[in-house]
Amino acid sequence: MKPVIEVHNMVKKFGDFVANDNLTFSVNQGEIFGFLGANGAGKTTAMKILCGLSKPSSGVIKVAGFDVYKQTEQIKRNIGYMSQRFSLYNDLTVRENFRFYGGIYGLSGRQIKDQTDKLLSRLGIIQSADKVLRDIPLGWKQKLAFSVAVMHKPTIVFLDEPTGGVDPVTRRQFWELIYESANEGITVFVTTHYMDEAEYCERVSIMVDGRIEALDSPDQLKKTYKSASMNEVFLKLARAPKVVI
Amino acid sequence: MKGFIFKEFLHIFRDRRTMLILFGMPIVQVLLFGFAITNEINNARIAVLDEAKDEMSRVITDKMTSSGYFELATVLQSRDEIESAFKKGQVKMVVVFEPDFSSRFVKEGQAAVQLIADASDPNTAGLLTNYASAIIRDFAMNLQDQQKPPIQLRTETTMLYNPELKGVFMFVPGTITILLMLISAMMTSISIAREKELGTMEVLLVSPLKPWQIISGKVVPYIMLSFINALVILILSYTVFGMPMRGSLILLLLESILFIVMALSMGIFISTVSKTQQQAMLLSMFVLMLPTILLSGFIFPIANMPLPLQWLSHIMPSKWFIIIIKQIMLKGLGIAYFWKETLILAGMTLLFVGMSVKKFNIRLA
Repeated sequence: MKPVIEVHNMVKKFGDFVANDNLTFSVNQGEIFGFLGANGAGKTTAMKILCGLSKPSSGVIKVAGFDVYKQTEQIKRNIGYMSQRFSLYNDLTVRENFRFYGGIYGLSGRQIKDQTDKLLSRLGIIQSADKVLRDIPLGWKQKLAFSVAVMHKPTIVFLDEPTGGVDPVTRRQFWELIYESANEGITVFVTTHYMDEAEYCERVSIMVDGRIEALDSPDQLKKTYKSASMNEVFLKLARAPKVVI
Repeated sequence: MKGFIFKEFLHIFRDRRTMLILFGMPIVQVLLFGFAITNEINNARIAVLDEAKDEMSRVITDKMTSSGYFELATVLQSRDEIESAFKKGQVKMVVVFEPDFSSRFVKEGQAAVQLIADASDPNTAGLLTNYASAIIRDFAMNLQDQQKPPIQLRTETTMLYNPELKGVFMFVPGTITILLMLISAMMTSISIAREKELGTMEVLLVSPLKPWQIISGKVVPYIMLSFINALVILILSYTVFGMPMRGSLILLLLESILFIVMALSMGIFISTVSKTQQQAMLLSMFVLMLPTILLSGFIFPIANMPLPLQWLSHIMPSKWFIIIIKQIMLKGLGIAYFWKETLILAGMTLLFVGMSVKKFNIRLA
């Protein structure tokens, strides 16, 4: 397995505040990597750096083989992104959304058409292709947003809390989509609040106060922390007694 | 890039409210400003108290009522009735001829007409008394001419560029300015803020598109639409209100594009400092609309403002654009006469683009 994300001693400071304190980890190709942490633990900051939206203060970081300091252009071409706020246009039809995002990533008209048909039939909603997005239920929108994010066949897809506000059944279906993409070789980097989702990941890192406190497979983590569920693991780590200055 | 612009047009055309603002408002505004808000006086109701009741006073009264400015509402019999006529709101002005009006005029060479105006609306009162004095003066002049050639001093007033003092000539440039400002700046700032609010901006930023491509993709449709709007307003003012077009149309359109781009860069700047659509809208309203209306010289003459406000008016881009429009349309002048104003607008554009870029980079760092 070759790593597609390599992070060595990444530090990000905002003035005196250290948002990311010496992070080191790597993610392999085709892996589903869970990036957990409480709000404010520094997840979003780290993810922004990996997506080329923000520059780290120091450290060596490579995404899809490209350097985050100098090659953000190439990085952006090779990643897909789906944000917690579902990111399609409500006043465009499903097909128009696909066409727009496909165009942004430089796909040809032919490719866009093929990919749209393929992804929509996989979701089983090809008949709704010309519906305006506003009229489509939230659960479907989220799956569509994911399909759009992997439309240009990226090396890595970043999912920032992709399942916020969705019922468990839809969440389950959403994860099936994620598995399918991972099987096709797309690396999935996902942040989430739901600990049951953490169980679906192959490996999980847990951030507390800007540092990675634990990084392993969910089974290993449960053993190490003698917990029955990821939820317990998370609580033990996040609520561990801290020295208050 | 092409796809981006296409998408932006779809946004605009699918949203009825946006369409209404874009195309309904300009027409309504121009017609409103053109017809309703005007400084001209037509058929103002006046009363006459003729204590002389002679030939001369009657001729003057006739002259006034036939001028088109005044309409004789009532004839008063005594001075006591003056006050009540005003109180009832029947009339805007009362003309009083003193007894022995014509005999004094002939014998002593001077006689008095009293003009009493309702100054609860000072502008109108001023205009009414001006019109009335002009008519009376004119009458007196004619009379003197007929009698003997005395030594006389005459003032002759010529109103250049707008001889009929049409209010429309004043309002059309202002309206074009306000509308272009509103559409260009407010609509772009709102549409960019909307992408931020929806979270689609994040996705765009993560995509291989460069920031300038995102921004121009958002802005190009509005440049086109604003330009079409400018044309509509010009055609309306030309056909409906008889606004002259003495200078070069091409020059005017080029200057309009410059102003549109300036307003767009303002809109972009506003969107970089606001997080939500509402914030963008409020900011546009207070930062752009109100000062544009109040301080650009559109409604209130800049020369009459207190000094600090006059200084403030210099940083209003709309002030300079209004000057340019008037120079071209009314005076028919060329670029040589307003290169300074043009340069100021261009400078402001650069300033706002620069500030937006800086702000944008800070956010990304």
